[in-house]
Amino acid sequence: MRGVSFGVVLVVVFVLMACVGPWVAPQDPFALDLWHQFEPPTDAHWLGTGDNGVDLLSAVLFGARLAGIVAFWVVGICALVGTVLGAWAGFRGGRTDQVIGGLMDLVQSFPGIVLNVAILALVAEPGLIHLIVALAVPGWVLYARLARAEALALRQSDFVMAATALGATDSALLFRHVLPNLIGPIVVQATSGVGGVILAEATLSFLGLGPGTAVSWGALLDQGSGVLLRFPHVALVAGAAIAMTVLGFNLAGDWLRDRLAPES
Amino acid sequence: MRTRYIAGRLARALLTVAGVVTLVFLMVRMVPGDPVDAILGEQASEEARAELRERLHLDAPFLVQYARFVGDVLDGSLGTSFRHEREVSSLIGEVALPTLALALSALVVAFGLALPLGILAASRRGSGWDRGASFVAVMGLAIPNIWLGPLLILAFAVQLRWLPLPGDDAMGWRGLVLPAITLGTALAAILTRQTRGATAEALARPFSLAARARGLSERAVLVRHALRNAWLPVMTVGAAQLGALLSGAVVVEKIFERPGLGALFLEAFFARDIPVVQGVVLVVAFTYVTVNLLLDVLYTVADPRVRLS
Repeated sequence: MRGVSFGVVLVVVFVLMACVGPWVAPQDPFALDLWHQFEPPTDAHWLGTGDNGVDLLSAVLFGARLAGIVAFWVVGICALVGTVLGAWAGFRGGRTDQVIGGLMDLVQSFPGIVLNVAILALVAEPGLIHLIVALAVPGWVLYARLARAEALALRQSDFVMAATALGATDSALLFRHVLPNLIGPIVVQATSGVGGVILAEATLSFLGLGPGTAVSWGALLDQGSGVLLRFPHVALVAGAAIAMTVLGFNLAGDWLRDRLAPES
Repeated sequence: MRTRYIAGRLARALLTVAGVVTLVFLMVRMVPGDPVDAILGEQASEEARAELRERLHLDAPFLVQYARFVGDVLDGSLGTSFRHEREVSSLIGEVALPTLALALSALVVAFGLALPLGILAASRRGSGWDRGASFVAVMGLAIPNIWLGPLLILAFAVQLRWLPLPGDDAMGWRGLVLPAITLGTALAAILTRQTRGATAEALARPFSLAARARGLSERAVLVRHALRNAWLPVMTVGAAQLGALLSGAVVVEKIFERPGLGALFLEAFFARDIPVVQGVVLVVAFTYVTVNLLLDVLYTVADPRVRLS
């Protein structure tokens, strides 16, 4: 139980950083200070400085903002689209289920970041929106599979049968009875999903495919890896920020699962 | 029964492959506006634009474009690279071996860590082994491979100097150790959790109870009865992660400066060498579909119940 509430603490810290980080950041993360490049932590720079003398604490705070924005949109879009499509497939069955199921199989045969990268390759200068699209195109399947399985079970449940007997239309059944009962498991999935999206964003930025205009933890880690042998603190700071956030959302997802869906 | 199951499964795999090819073809055509503008940017030279248009057959009627794309897949060439003026398949063939070696050694790391740890954790619930397994399961997933790689380099190549730095000895086995650990750790975490769960469940089933009642030692129950039933779900999860392993290779090959499919993919990305990007996506997807097909067929041999469901 202790380890789990630790996850919630990490999530709260991340959300705070993403919301108010840019206002409390001690410096502009783009401000150059060529006299103080790659300095280890000091009183003036609590986490040290990176390339061009950028203050790492400020860069971490601004990076949280980018990770938060990307995660918010990607998880929001995927959870919404995936839940509706998956619930519809499970609820209707038959041809609808086959088409949506086939689409899910198809998207899942392009594993992980391979599809993300291929989508970004179609744009000359990928920006924030392209990053969100590239992550969302494969991302919805996770939620659709979950919603489909839950909707299949709900379709057989007594209260849905009762509503059917009372003459409820299909759309009323779907929106008033099936979808509200999916919220619990979807929220659990979305919580761990945020960690996954933040990791994916960091990975793409690490590979140099992220929006070049924003400060990203992944890009910072890439920069730190380049100078790893001489200035390891840059990679340590950036990697720790990513790892703690991902760990936090994973643990918070487990914690929510215990509370919201104890039977699974 | 079995032949029919396998035939049906094969038909579904072929259908997925056809869908994969079509989707990869459509990707370029689904870009809003002119794909050439989108891919090369507005400032690209007229020659570059003309070449892209030519290579992707963008001037031909839609169905002709599609037929040419499918033709390139069927004759095995996968089209021609812009940058290298060579068939994409021969470029991929050149770098497939190092990536295969990396993926296989990552599998060895993952199973080598997860199987003993998961089995020990399940047979000694609540022991130090069990806590160790939970720790591996949580941390292995939380530490991103983009961070684990640099950390391992710092510890084992810089501080201890046991293993070579990235770029040195890239092809020898010593150069493979850290990349394999970096790539295999997340899979090890997933498999540890799965092995522990499956073994614990098998140990609690009636056949294990019956074996104990016949006076078999706990070790014999585990080895002869529980593990024979536990390995199938573990394999399923392992196979489902194959895709993650292949896409993880992109990251690991960058960190450790190794040649391979991932490095080729990134190089093609930055050069906007679209045929190579498409070729790698196709090869990875084909591999994924094929391995899953093979595993499904193997299951019918391993577990007759699969045929019936």
